[in-house]
Amino acid sequence: MISIKQKLALHRKLFISFIKIGTFVFGGGYAMLPIIQREVVNHHQWISEKDFIDMLAVTQSAPGPVAVNTSIFTGYKVAKLSGAVTALIGVVLPPFTIILLLATFLSSYSDNYYLIQFFAGVRPAIVGLILGVGLKTGKNIIHTSFDFFLAVLALILLLVLGLHPFLIIILGALSGLLYSYCKKSSSQEDN
Amino acid sequence: MYWSLFKTFFLIGAFSFGGGYAMLPLIQEEVVQNHSWLTATQFADILSIAEMTPGPVSINTATYVGYQISGFSGSALATLGLVLPSFILISTLASLVLKHKNNPYFQGVFRGLRPVVVALIIGAAIILGLNTNIFTNVAEILLTIVALGLFYFTKLHPILLLLSFGFLGIIF
Repeated sequence: MISIKQKLALHRKLFISFIKIGTFVFGGGYAMLPIIQREVVNHHQWISEKDFIDMLAVTQSAPGPVAVNTSIFTGYKVAKLSGAVTALIGVVLPPFTIILLLATFLSSYSDNYYLIQFFAGVRPAIVGLILGVGLKTGKNIIHTSFDFFLAVLALILLLVLGLHPFLIIILGALSGLLYSYCKKSSSQEDN
Repeated sequence: MYWSLFKTFFLIGAFSFGGGYAMLPLIQEEVVQNHSWLTATQFADILSIAEMTPGPVSINTATYVGYQISGFSGSALATLGLVLPSFILISTLASLVLKHKNNPYFQGVFRGLRPVVVALIIGAAIILGLNTNIFTNVAEILLTIVALGLFYFTKLHPILLLLSFGFLGIIF
């Protein structure tokens, strides 16, 4: 059993990690992946690389902002419901505070020259980092020709046919079930 | 008023599939067309600010829209409404997934999901690059490759990388 003191320390770490994540997510939910991977998988090792991908499968196919969903899932994995609340508050608090301050004090914020230039520089970096997460996780996930085929197919469905990610996830789940079923029955025949 | 603000954002949070950006048209329809809380121009201004502020875009938008409609309590209610469905659903899903991790059907499902999620992440990067016209400009393609290389091959923190590239943008 872990003591109350250890529990508090764990929640404090969780909170600080998600404050960081909430502060430095520029843009949409995918932009948080490099930071959340670093904090949660590499730094604190709360979640393994494989479980990280499994979690993303769930948080992407559920409704709601992916960034928020992923924070709640991670918090839950680390310390059940109280962990989920801690991570959620951590990730929401920075943007909430920043927007309130901006709304109160600055009305012409988005015309600011330096800010526009800053974001012009950040954007290619975000694209590069998200690609990096994809390649890093791909290296650990894609082993067999089935994995490779499925990944390429999903990429084509998304980019060329413009299919909704939710549908692609459902297709992935079905092909996984089918594949495991076929493999199981063929190995039974071998025996 | 407060109740309908909360309810509106709760429903948006509960029924928008595909993450924050997929939510924006839904928020616009509710806030501008259905409730006339804001004009289309006001909403467009809010969006440009939400996109240029750290934090998930949907949270930023909910907070700002709530504030415009009825100050601090409005922003708190809109944000709470938006994240509450996620909280209920994801906590439930997380406990199910963690409990049944070794179930053969679950493992079959995730066997297929994993490569698909990898593809979706790579696809998201490509779509973002296309939407922001990064791939049409040699300098920006180079910056993307440098960021990718630094992230992939070094242990530099991604926050540090993002901030450095932002300051590069200001200097050049």
